[in-house]
Amino acid sequence: MTGTILNTEERMAMLPADVPRDAVIVTRNLQREYDMGGEVVRALRGVNLTIRKNEFVAVMGPSGSGKSTLMNLIGCLDSPTGGEYWLNGHRVSELEDNELARIRNKEIGFVFQTFNLLPRATGLHNVELPLIYAGMSGKERRELASQALVKVGLGDRMSHRPNELSGGQRQRVAIARALVNSPSILLADEPTGNLDSATSEEIMVLFDSLHDSGQTIVLVTHEHDIAQHARRQVHLKDGSVERDFETGRKG
Amino acid sequence: MLLGETVAVALQSIRANMLRSVLTMLGIIIGVGAVITMIALGSGAQKAVQDRIAALGANVFTVFAGQARQGGIRITDRTILSTDDYEALRRDARLLKAVVPEMQQSLQVKYGNQNSNLNIVGTTAEYTQVRNYTIPFGRMFTPGEDEARQRYAVLGASVPRMLAGNPAGMIHQTILIRGIPFEIIGILGEKGSAGGFGNPDEQILIPLQTARYRVFGSNRVRSFSVQVADGVPIEQGMVDLERVLRREHKIRPGGENDFTIRNQQDVLATQQQATQVFTSLLASIAAVSLLVGGIGIMNIMLVSVTERTREIGVRKALGATRLNILMQFLIEALTLCLLGGALGILLGVGTAVLLSRVMQWNTLISPLSVAMAFGFSAAVGLFFGLWPARRASRLDPITALRYE
Repeated sequence: MTGTILNTEERMAMLPADVPRDAVIVTRNLQREYDMGGEVVRALRGVNLTIRKNEFVAVMGPSGSGKSTLMNLIGCLDSPTGGEYWLNGHRVSELEDNELARIRNKEIGFVFQTFNLLPRATGLHNVELPLIYAGMSGKERRELASQALVKVGLGDRMSHRPNELSGGQRQRVAIARALVNSPSILLADEPTGNLDSATSEEIMVLFDSLHDSGQTIVLVTHEHDIAQHARRQVHLKDGSVERDFETGRKG
Repeated sequence: MLLGETVAVALQSIRANMLRSVLTMLGIIIGVGAVITMIALGSGAQKAVQDRIAALGANVFTVFAGQARQGGIRITDRTILSTDDYEALRRDARLLKAVVPEMQQSLQVKYGNQNSNLNIVGTTAEYTQVRNYTIPFGRMFTPGEDEARQRYAVLGASVPRMLAGNPAGMIHQTILIRGIPFEIIGILGEKGSAGGFGNPDEQILIPLQTARYRVFGSNRVRSFSVQVADGVPIEQGMVDLERVLRREHKIRPGGENDFTIRNQQDVLATQQQATQVFTSLLASIAAVSLLVGGIGIMNIMLVSVTERTREIGVRKALGATRLNILMQFLIEALTLCLLGGALGILLGVGTAVLLSRVMQWNTLISPLSVAMAFGFSAAVGLFFGLWPARRASRLDPITALRYE
């Protein structure tokens, strides 16, 4: 299906004909149902979404709109119960556990609301983690990790543990960790939810600059001023896309 | 597969919960220590028995008066062995190299101002050769001195200590046996108890004729130690002895022997078997404690998996496969067990050495038992670590990430 011998170009050629050639995320009638003790809850009711390379998309919507479910599916943490999903040409909707882990490792960089750094590891080691699971050797790993930390402005804080860093610095470490594997998409789930507004602004400026340097970013938030940084907003309601529009504004 | 990283994470997590890890390891430490100590004690006992067998000499058996048992009923031991039997055996037996009679009584012994009740053994000069004794100080009496009824005494290895004397200095000193003065002419080398009748290190040898005519005043002999001639099977020697003694005791054909032949080697072989069973029993009991220690490991690993649910979620989101997570927790359990195993080996060896030093128990630490205990603790780690590790590896990343 997702023949590993194919290069990106060849894989893209296998996508449906109406999909733009530079699409990173393509979903077709994506559905996710949960069985809650006999009662079926339809969290996503057929979402069609195409996100192209170097887009900066904010996914918005009230709680219960299916926002988190969509995030989990896009992030390959969960599998859909219906429809199809291609990530960077990989048809991930039908992959099994180990292949999903590999996709998460290579194609996706996660940034969480609660940072989710390993408390006992240094910043550098936290950033090294995805490379460790990619099977990279120690020396190469440390080099790439320190480059990523320099990129987010933490070149002088590499050997600090998370509890020795401020909230903003912790989130920068998390962003460095998300970027270190050069993923196809940066997936940020309420990245400023635990930060004060000044620090939030700093983090969003960082996102802007990453976008400027060519990174594709999907941002889940319910805060409008955070969403303002994105070039496109996708609003979900009751498991379907309610509105999908370009904002045209650069943060 | 990321082995270095995984071991590093395991050690880090053990260090982070130092007290908890040590308490958990304690089960393994005690288990492994107990197994090693028990096996060391058992092996020590076995070796002691083996040494006894070697010390006995290969072709020696013993004859006692009376029949031990017949059909569960002890038949009279009215019949006795006497010095006459000794003379008859010396005269008529053809396949026996040496026949050593032992007369024996427990008598009051006085040396200087020390008093003690000791076994006095009246015997012949061949005693030390047949029973494989060494004589580090002085000498054994000679057949001529025996015939001459000399009042010479040869002390067992423990006797000087019991009488508060210094072995070398006691030679040519006088010792009173039932008030009769004897000259000490030799001290025997240590033999160690064979179990059974009396400690061979706590007896005093005197010449047979001296014992018969000057001390005991009886010709009753308790037993003969018989050495078979070189190249003759021990069974043939027994038949030869039986022939002579039956004729001497006028037992008709078909009649029961009124004496008992005991092959010491058989006794010791049985004893060794018993020691082996005992060792395995002790080791299995100790192994149960190792099992309990393993359950402790499983318990703490389950706690650890629960505590680190979020970490597991993060690792999975970053690309860790099920196998990665499984290995991480398995190696952590294994590390706990192997650390505990190593400390347990130190504890076990230490205890065994202490027991042999302080309690004078025989212990023997075999490399095999150490390797086995270590391997067993590794097996415990794998077995009891597997289930918690599997649980960790099967956690759903979304649930794990949201876990508070």
